Amino acid sequence: MNAPPVASELGLVLCHACGLACDNRDHPTQCPRCAAPLHERKPESLTRTWAYLIAALVFYIPANLLPVMNTKLFGAGDDSTIMSGVLEFWAHGSWDIALIIFIASIAVPATKFVALGLLLVTVQRGSTWAQRQRSKLFRFVELIGYWSMLDVIVVALVAALVKFQALGDIEPRLGILFFGMVVVFTMLAAMSFDPRLIWQPPNGKEPAHE
Amino acid sequence: MSEDSNHSAAQPARPAVQTRRFSVSLVWIVPIVAVLVGISLVVHNWLQEGPSIQVTFKTGQGLEANKTAVKYRNVVIGQVSEVELSQDQKSVTATIKLVKQAENFTRQDSLFWVVRPRIGAGGVTGIDTLFSGDFIGADAGQSDTRAKTFTGLETPPPITYGEPGKRFNLHASDLGSLGVGSPVYYRKIQVGQVVSYALDANGKGVNVEVFVHAPNDAFVTDNTRFWNASGVDVEVGANGFALRTESLSSLMVGGVAFRAPDYSPDDQPAAEDKTFELFDDRPAALAPPAGKAQYLALRFDQSLRGLKVGAPVEFLGMEFGRVVAINLDFDAKTRTFPVNVGIVIYPQRLGQAHTKMLKVLNHNPDDEQAGVRLMGTFIDNGLRAQARSGNLLTGQLYIALDFYPKAPKVTFDPTARPITIPTIPSSLEQLQEQFQAMVEKINKLPIERIAGNLDANLVELRKALKQFNGKTLPGIEGTLQDMSTTLKSANATLADDSPQREQLSQTLDDLGRMTRSMRELADYLKRNPESLLRGRPDNAPADALQPSSRQ
Repeated sequence: MNAPPVASELGLVLCHACGLACDNRDHPTQCPRCAAPLHERKPESLTRTWAYLIAALVFYIPANLLPVMNTKLFGAGDDSTIMSGVLEFWAHGSWDIALIIFIASIAVPATKFVALGLLLVTVQRGSTWAQRQRSKLFRFVELIGYWSMLDVIVVALVAALVKFQALGDIEPRLGILFFGMVVVFTMLAAMSFDPRLIWQPPNGKEPAHE
Repeated sequence: MSEDSNHSAAQPARPAVQTRRFSVSLVWIVPIVAVLVGISLVVHNWLQEGPSIQVTFKTGQGLEANKTAVKYRNVVIGQVSEVELSQDQKSVTATIKLVKQAENFTRQDSLFWVVRPRIGAGGVTGIDTLFSGDFIGADAGQSDTRAKTFTGLETPPPITYGEPGKRFNLHASDLGSLGVGSPVYYRKIQVGQVVSYALDANGKGVNVEVFVHAPNDAFVTDNTRFWNASGVDVEVGANGFALRTESLSSLMVGGVAFRAPDYSPDDQPAAEDKTFELFDDRPAALAPPAGKAQYLALRFDQSLRGLKVGAPVEFLGMEFGRVVAINLDFDAKTRTFPVNVGIVIYPQRLGQAHTKMLKVLNHNPDDEQAGVRLMGTFIDNGLRAQARSGNLLTGQLYIALDFYPKAPKVTFDPTARPITIPTIPSSLEQLQEQFQAMVEKINKLPIERIAGNLDANLVELRKALKQFNGKTLPGIEGTLQDMSTTLKSANATLADDSPQREQLSQTLDDLGRMTRSMRELADYLKRNPESLLRGRPDNAPADALQPSSRQ
């Protein structure tokens, strides 16, 4: 191969914490500089990613079905789910806000599921298809991950601000907890995924996988 | 190397490594927990899932899917999950998801209605829904059978939530101004309300259902009378004007009042759903029980202007019936227009008189023939009907039954139904006739002759008076003048300073002096009797004369 040698060929391993290139020939367990655990690849990367992704998917269902917020106006309570909020904004003409909420709360998590699922499947199959794009996709997933927290923050903020007793009152509902879990688990999934596996040679065996 | 030796020695350890307890990564706990949480949610939801029912309303006004709540005592017990037009497009079907605890609301006689702001008889209700939007009110039923579909009420039921109290049925000839929610008064305090009303099955009356709240429902007793206290009751009858009202609010929304007669022995609280008669007004309600009604026919040969249907019928001044029909008739024989008057009487209203009479005559009020015979006896004894003027101001007439032993005899037809009672002309009419007779007599008087005689007499009288004036009067005048002079002179004689009086007093004084002298003389003579012969001695002391005068 004309390509430059990879770290494993040179017996080197990069410390995840401080970035020090460590000698991996005698399989040290700690970074000599910062004492962080050393792994050639993230440990159990695919398993963890799968686990977190599945957990997130499970939570995604109640997050969308359960109400996230209860708006009480003049004594009349009204539970709203994420989708009903989007539809309500859309129906009232605020399509921009509806779009933002839709993208942040529904489209982004869904995209993440699809993207991570795609990455996991391709990596497991050792596919060499569109490796560069997949790599970009992963970075994109990492980037947009926390934007999904927008909804949680909005609910937290509004619930804290709108406390007018009888006139109006907004309270968070169980759904937002699940939604927060979804975001957290998708972020964990993205974190535990090792993008280097994308470039793993098809015949290469994933290390630290038992 | 020790490692090698260990390796061989640790040969049995290899399975231990391979049979590691966790052959799968611990991270799988996370999705498992997530699934468990999800399942628990589903199970919880499934356990909490209440029954789903369908309620049909006439309109879907105020009903919104996933928004409109179902409330009982203002607590949410469910939510409308779907609102759609019914298949025949005549109503709206709202699917309601009830919570688990609201199982009772699937009883067949449960009620559902839409709470909206309403201005009704009982005031304004549902103001809060102005802000919060309409909601569905519910009231659990008592039935044992369950149902899935209900018909929503258009108006909220007046009595909800199993309120303690009793329902009673009232039967009236018409509804008056009553409505659902009209108050029920007891001694002018509102104790209940009208719950519903409906026409009789045969359409000949109205059934009104009222609800009296506990504990005042105990005041509804078996003897209680209900009457319509609607609005202002202005009555122009033979007894004059009467104006009554129960309360200001009943003026507007009508009302029912009830009360037991003052004398109600052995009165027990009435049972639920007892039927009472709803009287038109208070006097009618509190009147003694009417008892059996008896229809009588009267035939008058006079104008009955002022006699109205409903006018009282009195017997010797006691009101015991009323007029029910007035019809003009044509008598082919006499070619006149008599007036047929139908009256209904309640003999029991005569009270004591009636019961005593029954006892004495050994009369059974249910025996019709005997009743007719009794009436015949009365008529033979002079029982007559008469239309009398009850009120000169309004000209109202009433029917009076009275005994006129001198009335001309009539034949009584015991087979005629209704029994016909002969009539005699009204007293006013009699008065008119008598007055007319008098006027006729006056007309017949020889007034002109009387006037002529009277004129001659007056001329004579004038002559006599002239004589009297011319001759007799001057004589009397002279006499009077003489008398006056006499009196004047007499007056002068008796006056204080008149010479006659002066002389008189002088004379009296002289007389006094003379008497004294006579006494002195007598004394002197007593002491000196010799002086009668010798005369008075010259040396006689002066005081010898005095002592006797001083004694």
